[in-house]
Amino acid sequence: MIVPAEREQGVSLDVVRIRADFPVLQQSIHGNRLVYLDSAATSQTPEPVVRAIAGFYRDDCANVHRGVHELSRRATDSFEGAREKVRHFINAESTREIIFTRGTTDAINLVAQTFGRRAVGSGDEVILSALEHHSNIVPWQMLCDEIGARLRVIPMFDDGTLDIDAYRDLIGPRTKMVALVHISNALGTTNPIKELVSLAHDHGIPVLVDGAQAVPHVPVDVRALGCDFYAFSAHKMYGPTGIGALYGREEHLNAMPPYQGGGDMIRQVTFEKTVFNAIPHKFEAGTPNIAGTIGMGAAIDYIAAIGRDEVSAHEARLVAHASERLSSIGGVRLIGTAREKVGVVSFVVEGAHPHDVGTILDHRGVAIRAGHHCAQPVMDRLGIPATARASFGIYNDDDDVDALVRAVLEVREVFA
Amino acid sequence: MSDLRDLYQQMILDHYRRPRNRGEMDDCTFSADGFNPLCGDRITVFVKMEEDKIADIRFVGDGCAISMASASMMTEAIKGKEEQEAEALFESFHALVAGDGLADEAEVGKLQVFGGVRDYPLRVKCATLTWHTLRAALRGTDEPVSTE
Repeated sequence: MIVPAEREQGVSLDVVRIRADFPVLQQSIHGNRLVYLDSAATSQTPEPVVRAIAGFYRDDCANVHRGVHELSRRATDSFEGAREKVRHFINAESTREIIFTRGTTDAINLVAQTFGRRAVGSGDEVILSALEHHSNIVPWQMLCDEIGARLRVIPMFDDGTLDIDAYRDLIGPRTKMVALVHISNALGTTNPIKELVSLAHDHGIPVLVDGAQAVPHVPVDVRALGCDFYAFSAHKMYGPTGIGALYGREEHLNAMPPYQGGGDMIRQVTFEKTVFNAIPHKFEAGTPNIAGTIGMGAAIDYIAAIGRDEVSAHEARLVAHASERLSSIGGVRLIGTAREKVGVVSFVVEGAHPHDVGTILDHRGVAIRAGHHCAQPVMDRLGIPATARASFGIYNDDDDVDALVRAVLEVREVFA
Repeated sequence: MSDLRDLYQQMILDHYRRPRNRGEMDDCTFSADGFNPLCGDRITVFVKMEEDKIADIRFVGDGCAISMASASMMTEAIKGKEEQEAEALFESFHALVAGDGLADEAEVGKLQVFGGVRDYPLRVKCATLTWHTLRAALRGTDEPVSTE
């Protein structure tokens, strides 16, 4: 699938061929070519993924882990096959360490309410970073409020990188949990997760990593990172909404109490007592999102066929190109200028509110996110109410950057 | 789709850049807070009543061009009006921007410049936030107004 780019330096993806897999991109918006630069909110879904989901309903629909009939066997094979794909995708040791969830948020809540509830006690502390998405703040805040524990926050510098020395100082005898974002959805900052995990582990503190913005863009190896938990969603990596995965180290998962009760998570039930199922099923109560899980597996296949290193290189080049072009426009300021930056370019335009920027760009068919990106503390820290954010995926190319730049120039004209 | 200039009319941009009646009011009769959680726009409207009339009105806030210009132009439009007249004007204004009724052209006057908003359904709340907040102030609502 990889061919040398015809008009740019270096090797790039065959974006024309990739775009052909995304019918949604073949439309015009307000009379302009759709330029989709909002993949950090949700990515588009390629035909093979749509086919996998539809194929389940059309040909193989049955419940999993029950029933002796052929359709149930096929559904179970596809469902568990997806679990193996997820395992391989993040290089976990065993499929027992892969739990399907509704998404990243659900995965973090699961850990907070089971593992967190046991690990954190009254007067203890949970460390987060200033870069967190609300999904990696609120579940911990709810837990802390309930048990009388305290959140501590690793501060960040103006460029959007974390203050590692401050993190070292925050770690103390009361620290019982660390929860960190891998790549910031608002600014694109890539955190040095391996180093941050290692610092926590030096004190025996477990670490959860929110990988929602990382898995679509960079190869992820949970064993190399060394983290205890890793959470991510399918819908940001070309899969369907409402499905995601939680990786947890086997010894943790075995020791953790179940999250929700119901069918599938049990081995034996009487009115007196229930014997819970083994991991990972212990954490998957009720009929799962079977079609979504199969779609997630298909999305992993799709990314693997293109090549994760190739995806990473392509997007890094686009982010650098967009950053350079945007920052050369007078009155445009980039927000988040970390050297290790992936997937997104956040910016503000002098004299124009991000919401107005978003409307004007939409008028030209350019879809971006305008707002606080579910990371209000990041905005507060930087002293801005919101940013405009362009985020990139495998189907974006230099023409998209050109369209973005043209539309931002128009914002400057309107608000001149 | 309409031209961008239909949305961002000169008068709107002018009020966005140089808002009228902006600032706090120490001796207000009523005040209320409004918030649009979707985009983060915030506004506080202060009203001073004399007899049955809105003798003075001011606002503070932070938001997009549409929301701030709407607040600025609202203060100009309703100063000196009675509560009932302000309510009636809101209804006409809402009909204008949401396109869900017949706006009385003579009544909305200068506010006609917000007519372009009706082609941008996602922006209707930007234009009406300030009016909802005014209504809350006049009705003595304590809870902040939310557009969601």
